[in-house]
Amino acid sequence: MATTVPVRLVVNGRAVVVEVEPRRLLVDVLREDLDLTGTKVGCDTSQCGTCTVHLDGRAVKSCTVLAVQADGSVVRTVEDLAPDPDHLHPLQAAFVEHHGLQCGFCTPGMLMTALDLLARVPDPSDGEIRDALQGNYCRCTGYQSIVESIKAGAAAMREGVPMPGAEA
Amino acid sequence: MIPAAFDYERASTLDEALELLATHGADAKIIAGGQSLLPLMKLRLARPDRLIDIGRIASLRGVRRLPDGRLGIGALTSYAQLLDDPEVMDLALMADALPRIADLQVRNRGTIGGAIAHADPAADMPALLLALEAEVVARSATRGERTIPIATFFEGAFSTALAPDELLTEIRLPSPSGSYGSAYRMLEQQASGFAIAGVAAVVGRTGAGAGNGVDDRARSIDDVRVAVTGVGDMPYRAITVEEALRGTGLTDSAVGAAVADITRGISVQGDIHADQAYRTAMVEVMARRALSAARDRLG
Repeated sequence: MATTVPVRLVVNGRAVVVEVEPRRLLVDVLREDLDLTGTKVGCDTSQCGTCTVHLDGRAVKSCTVLAVQADGSVVRTVEDLAPDPDHLHPLQAAFVEHHGLQCGFCTPGMLMTALDLLARVPDPSDGEIRDALQGNYCRCTGYQSIVESIKAGAAAMREGVPMPGAEA
Repeated sequence: MIPAAFDYERASTLDEALELLATHGADAKIIAGGQSLLPLMKLRLARPDRLIDIGRIASLRGVRRLPDGRLGIGALTSYAQLLDDPEVMDLALMADALPRIADLQVRNRGTIGGAIAHADPAADMPALLLALEAEVVARSATRGERTIPIATFFEGAFSTALAPDELLTEIRLPSPSGSYGSAYRMLEQQASGFAIAGVAAVVGRTGAGAGNGVDDRARSIDDVRVAVTGVGDMPYRAITVEEALRGTGLTDSAVGAAVADITRGISVQGDIHADQAYRTAMVEVMARRALSAARDRLG
């Protein structure tokens, strides 16, 4: 036990190999080994959703995935959405515009979960957005402004607002 | 939170998984999506010496129509895949339940086989499969394949009929002839989403009497199945309720009278979310709602 195993990932388009103990969680490997601290650890009990990343294109709670389970997979984190702070993803821009965040701790999860929804449902209703956010907690804003942000971001994405290096 | 250390093996094929189970079964846990097991391991309520990861075995994933008309659901099929499958979503009780199980992210990872093998006494899927009279397929390296009726699969809280060297490979749903309606209704604990009381109902007019000139709607409802979760120490079929309702037409008054027996013989659980009396009252309400919705959906 306590020996490490190699885990091969493609993280935000970059191939990496990390040596990890099998018991290590994907979120900890992303944050501690790969220095991708945009993804947060909130409740650490697969409820709050701020650890949400995309694993092979689908939103998952990375506090409830072992890094070894992700071996060979494609991981996308919130860092991949915008190339730099001056060129936000249209969904991020919509969160700024519509006050979709206050402290910002839940925002990475909100964004990654919303993008999973929008990849399948480009023009969701309020109800569909609220259902999709069931596993993402915000303790600052209330959810109204988050729903508005996602609606506005979805509209911008449908209109094809140019965004270097990011797809839905 | 970090799980206790364990040895990790990934099986690439079903045979490899069965060999690993034959060697290590007693000390090993199978991990698929890990959405039930990992939270327990992080809390160290589970400390397996070894994990056997079956998450990459492609042959265990997906929904197929079997030659005999039944629906075969691979053990690794995720809730998200079930939600995308038109034949699964044609089952009204599945369409009721699946969008409300856990949340979007957990549905992307969590598998139907994992849910059944984990056998949480408050999980939704066991009740749905009990009401559908599903069959569970299990394989072992030495004894090959066997099928287990869902009615004998659950043996207690977190306990099933699977042997330590057996892997759950498929869940098979019968496609009965005749006209059927179904529904799932549950009162959920708001924070966890688990059922305080959940009831799956399947009601039908079977093929008996078809073709003899009797109008389909005039035939009585002769197949009534009621399955309950979240109430006892394991999910169960409420046989007394089913027997009382067979042939009654499931009028509101018949349903109302019958559901008073839904916890007969069951040790109703009480906890901080719902004491025994409240849970008993609520399972009756959920049963009334599920049965009348299933009746109203009958073709």
